[in-house]
Amino acid sequence: MLVGKKESTMDRVNRGLARRYRRERWFRLFGLSAIVTSVCFIGLLFVSIGANGWSAFQQTEILLDIHFDTEQFDVDNLSTANYGALVKNSMQTLFPDVAGRSEKRELSKLVSSGAPYILQKMVMQDTGIIGSSQKIWLPADDEVDMFQKGYILRDVMEGDRRLSDKQIGWIDQLFAEGRLEKKFNSTFFTAGDSREPELAGIRGAVAGSLFTLAVTLVLSFPIGVATAVYLEEFAPRNRWTDLVEVNINNLAAVPSIVFGLLGLAVFLNVFGMPRSAPLVGGLVLTLMTLPTIIIASRASLKSVPPSIREAALGVGASKMQAITHHILPLAMPGMMTGTIIGMAQALGETAPLLMIGMVAFIVDVPTAVTDPATVLPVQIYLWADSPERAFVERTSAAIMVLLAFLISMNAMAVFLRRKFERRW
Amino acid sequence: MWKKGVTLATAAIIFASAAANVSAASGRDYISIVGSSTVYPFATTVAEQFGKTSKFKTPKIESTGSGGGMKLFCAGSDIDTPDITNASRRIKYSEYEKCQKNGVTEIVEVKIGYDGIVLANSKAAAQLSLGKKDIFLALAKEVPDPKGGEKLIANPYTTWKEVNPSLPDSKIEVLGPPPTSGTRDAFVELAMEGGCQQIDWIKARKETDKKHFKSVCHTVREDGAYIEAGENDNLIVQKLEANPKAIGIFGFSFLDQNGDKIQGSVVEGEEPTFENIAAGNYPVSRPLYCYVKKNHVGVVPGMAEFLAEFSSEKAWGEEGYLADKGLIPMPAKERQQFAADVAALKPLLMAK
Repeated sequence: MLVGKKESTMDRVNRGLARRYRRERWFRLFGLSAIVTSVCFIGLLFVSIGANGWSAFQQTEILLDIHFDTEQFDVDNLSTANYGALVKNSMQTLFPDVAGRSEKRELSKLVSSGAPYILQKMVMQDTGIIGSSQKIWLPADDEVDMFQKGYILRDVMEGDRRLSDKQIGWIDQLFAEGRLEKKFNSTFFTAGDSREPELAGIRGAVAGSLFTLAVTLVLSFPIGVATAVYLEEFAPRNRWTDLVEVNINNLAAVPSIVFGLLGLAVFLNVFGMPRSAPLVGGLVLTLMTLPTIIIASRASLKSVPPSIREAALGVGASKMQAITHHILPLAMPGMMTGTIIGMAQALGETAPLLMIGMVAFIVDVPTAVTDPATVLPVQIYLWADSPERAFVERTSAAIMVLLAFLISMNAMAVFLRRKFERRW
Repeated sequence: MWKKGVTLATAAIIFASAAANVSAASGRDYISIVGSSTVYPFATTVAEQFGKTSKFKTPKIESTGSGGGMKLFCAGSDIDTPDITNASRRIKYSEYEKCQKNGVTEIVEVKIGYDGIVLANSKAAAQLSLGKKDIFLALAKEVPDPKGGEKLIANPYTTWKEVNPSLPDSKIEVLGPPPTSGTRDAFVELAMEGGCQQIDWIKARKETDKKHFKSVCHTVREDGAYIEAGENDNLIVQKLEANPKAIGIFGFSFLDQNGDKIQGSVVEGEEPTFENIAAGNYPVSRPLYCYVKKNHVGVVPGMAEFLAEFSSEKAWGEEGYLADKGLIPMPAKERQQFAADVAALKPLLMAK
């Protein structure tokens, strides 16, 4: 190496090396911090929803000694018996000192207004209990529940909380006697919607979501796959197929409310289908998920190596045999992944359902695709807007259920991909 | 191959059964209700009670907003259209006309009670005592020049103290509903226009230039002092808790449920309490209505019974279950009047 000679490439590389390493470190750090930030946000979301919602899985119940007085019941007409009086009487026997109309009213308000209907159901199921005395756990009113869970504070002025000092005294007494307990809130999973938080459940919304998704799946999967197969395997490449392709990609980006308006105009107004039905919801969501499924299916058809196609044709298979025996099975994992992701998207939609009347108060759990129904995200929206404080935790709990569905659907997509995917 | 066959077959079956059901749906066996989100909590309570205590199915209630409900309700008189629509304001003449044109000739109007609109702030701050004029001056887009004269200038006030020296020296920051909301319409009409009326020269305009009067009194400022907080009143309550300087506008039931966290401002010397609103003393309260299609009574099962449940004392009375949910009952005489009208299905007559 001679002095004065121009520096070699190595020198220049070495000189810049530290800087390049530094830059790479920053580059990596930048990516890492992006991930950390998003994980933090997701964590925050989960923690806040979990913290708000976990208490909804428990419900305060009151143990009452109900005496099914024979005189109260007319054997031929069990539904007309005064079940409210049974609850009131048993509360009265627990607190014999309570007198006066307004005080009695306050006392009976501690028990949920749905309690009489629970007794009615019990009697209807088994008339044998008439005449006997039973110890029964009945749901407490939502205010009592909120008080037990610490959402209504004891140390605020009496006029500022929804429970009076007397009521709190009774609650404390019941608690001391072991007649007041927080139990697993099974109502939340078995009941339809209700305006009384302690009686409200998500079963109606879950059933509605399942019906809607079933219709969506049954329609969008075959149509989507057939479209993808035709476009990928049969269609000639010309201006028309280009136009179709561009439009499919455009449809994938159309805001979902537009599909709702379309559904209102076509399915309800032209075809005269019933409002608020999962059938119509499913049709609308089909329109919304089709582009996703078609795009994913085409991508997975494209990823099947041409050698498979050619080999099948080469040994004398018809084009249809090549597709159904070889290409489709190989492309299926990708198609199913796309479908599941599309379904998960459809599960979380509310906007298009607003237009076709699925944002509604529905108590009865739907049993068919034409029954009026609502869906999980709509239920969350409706509860979030309710004034009763107990609906706050129920909103979060319903979000947890929705998230559980979404996570398990996405996990299934990952599972299917892992299990059936073939690498070439 | 067979997989696809199965899915296609299922699709065909579902479609066939759906088609069969659609034709069966023309004999609807449940009541269909649409309309205002303000009336929704009350109508749903009655519906639930009705479903539990009667042999009929629980009515289906959609929350579409007053205007959206009217549109669906007036679309026609056949069985596919809703039976009842709820409204947080009275039916407009234009809507009535449209109903008539589409064959909904007989509508029964039922006033179900009142709703107070409250201005509330966090308990951490002092309770405000506002006049309607203060509300107008604080929230209107254009206000009379404070220097005097009949001139309007862009709202210059930034603190409550500037509006009225007796109010605290804190920034004007009001969280309220967006223009699409019925609560906003009622607030603007009752509180802001009420304040407007207290300024003589603007009041005089009402006779000479009604359009201008309305635009002055009904336009809310857009410079950030009035924050549109969306339709979700629970969200406003949470924001008030976090920001003691802010004031929120929402329905009485949310104040009723959150009395430990927020307090209602006194308006024109009246506290927003249940008793005060019921007695008609509190100035910012509005009636709530529902409208019934007369020709559906007797066709859709349970209509007459549902109306009887709604207009019973145990529902809308002073001790009724709707009062527990925050509905302000009508005075006894008015209740009797409307209950009688409902029972007789007296159709509404409206003149322009």
